[in-house]
Amino acid sequence: MIGAKALMKSLKREGVSTIFGIPGGATLPIYDELYNSDIRHILCRHEQSAAHMADGYARASGKVGVCFATSGPGATNLVTGIATAYADSSPIIAITGQVPKSLIGKDSFQETDIIGITTAITKYTFQPMNSAEIPYDLKKAFHIASTGRPGPVIIDIPKDVQQEKTNIKFPEKVVIRGYKPAIEPHHLQIERAAALLLNAEKPIILSGGGVILCNASESLQNIVELLLVPVVTTLIGKGSFPENHPLSLGPIGMHGTPEGNKLICETDCVLAVGVRFSDRTTGLFNKFCPDAKIIHIDIDPSEIGKNKQVQLPIVGDAKIALTQIYESLRLKIKRKKDSLWLKRINEVRDELKNNKDLDWANLKTITIIKKIREILPPEGILATEVGKHQMFAELHYKVIKPRTWITSTGLGTMGFGFPAAIGAKVAKPDVPVVDLAGDGSFCMTENSLAVCVEEKIPIIVAILNNRSLGLVEQWQRLFYDKRYSAIKFKNTPDFVKLAESYGAEGIRAQSIKEVEKALRSGLRNEIPTVIDIPVSPDEDVYPFVPPGKGLKDILYSSQDIR
Amino acid sequence: MGDFYILSTIVENKPGVLFRASNMFRRRGFNIESITVGRTEKPGFAKMTIVVNGDELTVEQLIKQLGKLIDIVKITLLEQQTSVVRELALIKLNVLDQKTRVDVLNFSQIYRCRIVDVSNETITVEITGDPTKIDSFIKLVSSFGIRDISRTGITALQRG
Repeated sequence: MIGAKALMKSLKREGVSTIFGIPGGATLPIYDELYNSDIRHILCRHEQSAAHMADGYARASGKVGVCFATSGPGATNLVTGIATAYADSSPIIAITGQVPKSLIGKDSFQETDIIGITTAITKYTFQPMNSAEIPYDLKKAFHIASTGRPGPVIIDIPKDVQQEKTNIKFPEKVVIRGYKPAIEPHHLQIERAAALLLNAEKPIILSGGGVILCNASESLQNIVELLLVPVVTTLIGKGSFPENHPLSLGPIGMHGTPEGNKLICETDCVLAVGVRFSDRTTGLFNKFCPDAKIIHIDIDPSEIGKNKQVQLPIVGDAKIALTQIYESLRLKIKRKKDSLWLKRINEVRDELKNNKDLDWANLKTITIIKKIREILPPEGILATEVGKHQMFAELHYKVIKPRTWITSTGLGTMGFGFPAAIGAKVAKPDVPVVDLAGDGSFCMTENSLAVCVEEKIPIIVAILNNRSLGLVEQWQRLFYDKRYSAIKFKNTPDFVKLAESYGAEGIRAQSIKEVEKALRSGLRNEIPTVIDIPVSPDEDVYPFVPPGKGLKDILYSSQDIR
Repeated sequence: MGDFYILSTIVENKPGVLFRASNMFRRRGFNIESITVGRTEKPGFAKMTIVVNGDELTVEQLIKQLGKLIDIVKITLLEQQTSVVRELALIKLNVLDQKTRVDVLNFSQIYRCRIVDVSNETITVEITGDPTKIDSFIKLVSSFGIRDISRTGITALQRG
């Protein structure tokens, strides 16, 4: 059997049903084997989008997403997609072709050192040097990508290795000597965590992407309802706890909810689960909960103490840790009837109700986002691009179920949402998928419309079109004295015609009524729907914690800055 | 050298391992004093001895980041008091007159160096010891004029 066949067989053995990719010179043997395979191949128009699709597929399904690219430019085009997956701990496997072994290191045509380029943005990389290694490397790659803290893995296969014929064996199990993720938390730490939580007067839970990655939402909710403790999340943690739950305070951070940001500053004990204390979540590290005791659960030991020193680290799987903490709490808890802390939460909520700056009734963007929520079922998936619309959605789109909120949070990749939404729809064909986009982001990967139409993937792209790089514009307005530099698009395409030229449906929707109608028709559509929604570039997103500040320093409007 | 820590790591003996480690040091801004790599008694494994400057928290984080690298199988933080710590240096000295030649030979004897090469104008000395001994020898002979130095960096083993 040749290496390329061994690869396709190994993928099949791992249960791969879909691959996103673009062929090229260095992957011809693989694509020749694909010809005979029943694995669905989705032909992309740019490798970056192929990686994002694999990522969206992984985030929606919890399974590993797979993408193919050829050597040289094919491989380098993947880089942004791989870095995005790495920053958000998403399990993808990128298989790249490489020039034949004899040409490696000779600056050959379409040769690039993709392993060297991606070492800092992958969990691991493989370069099999004979075809017999391929099934082993692939099995290891799946194990590494999907266990512990998930992340992207590259397998770079020289063309002659793809063609080499040898006796191939497929392993049932592989041993990786230096890779043993810590799953089981230390029982003493669990007991200590339970005691800290029980003794806390004003506890809060900070729930992150890790809770979604290890399917720990139910265990989290059990603790919340036992202790009656409020929950805030990170941006990627949205959906780890239902945001329509009375104890949900929404996300904290730069564009966190005012109640979340205010109340986390008052807490005396934080149970932080599957979070990495990113600067966007905490504001200035040393101003983040300086007096609170922090319990930090994470499967990656290097996250403990990396950004924030904590009192009680628990290294392990969040689901196991939360379940054990719940069991311990259940045995120890004596019910307190009226908690001052819950009263305080309602007090803050009431206070904020009277804040005139938080009266959003006339902001079109927010009304649209709320309309999308109203129309999508709880299991409906919303992907976003990156920018102002994303921050508006962070604040106003209530995510109810895990894996239904797909957004690039760590790397902040514009152009991610649309291909990721395609990947999500491939993983969950029966669930409606909407990509909430800005016009700036959408233009970066809009060529995936061709993929969408060709493969009959009916997703909806709702473009909040302000003909501007809106979030940068807002920062220039706030911090650079309205010196608008390179943020206005003098020319943007007519998105309706653009969609139509790809064979998708394009709808321009001015009023909220028209938006609603377009969304409802998009949900029934069998082809993708692009809704162009003109919005004013003056609609800025507040509240906002400026960079380099603590979460207390919330700006409610542009008036607050001077 | 200031405060330094010695990490003794067992790694997979295959291409790219040193690159992964040094790339991580650069990316995360760790200040590495030296790295030595050599084979071990077990086939398939190599030993990488890393000397790092910094405080305890930095070293703790470095150990965790190293632990994440899949090719690194085991990491031990060596206590300096309970470890044998050695470095080797080759030092080529100018010896233009008879007096210098005698001085170099005398100092070499005191420091238990070996003379490994002699020419009309130079003597090359091999010295082994802990880094402070090598530093002090270099200081002593620097007035003669050092033509070239090559130091291996630290290698170390736990005692007992």
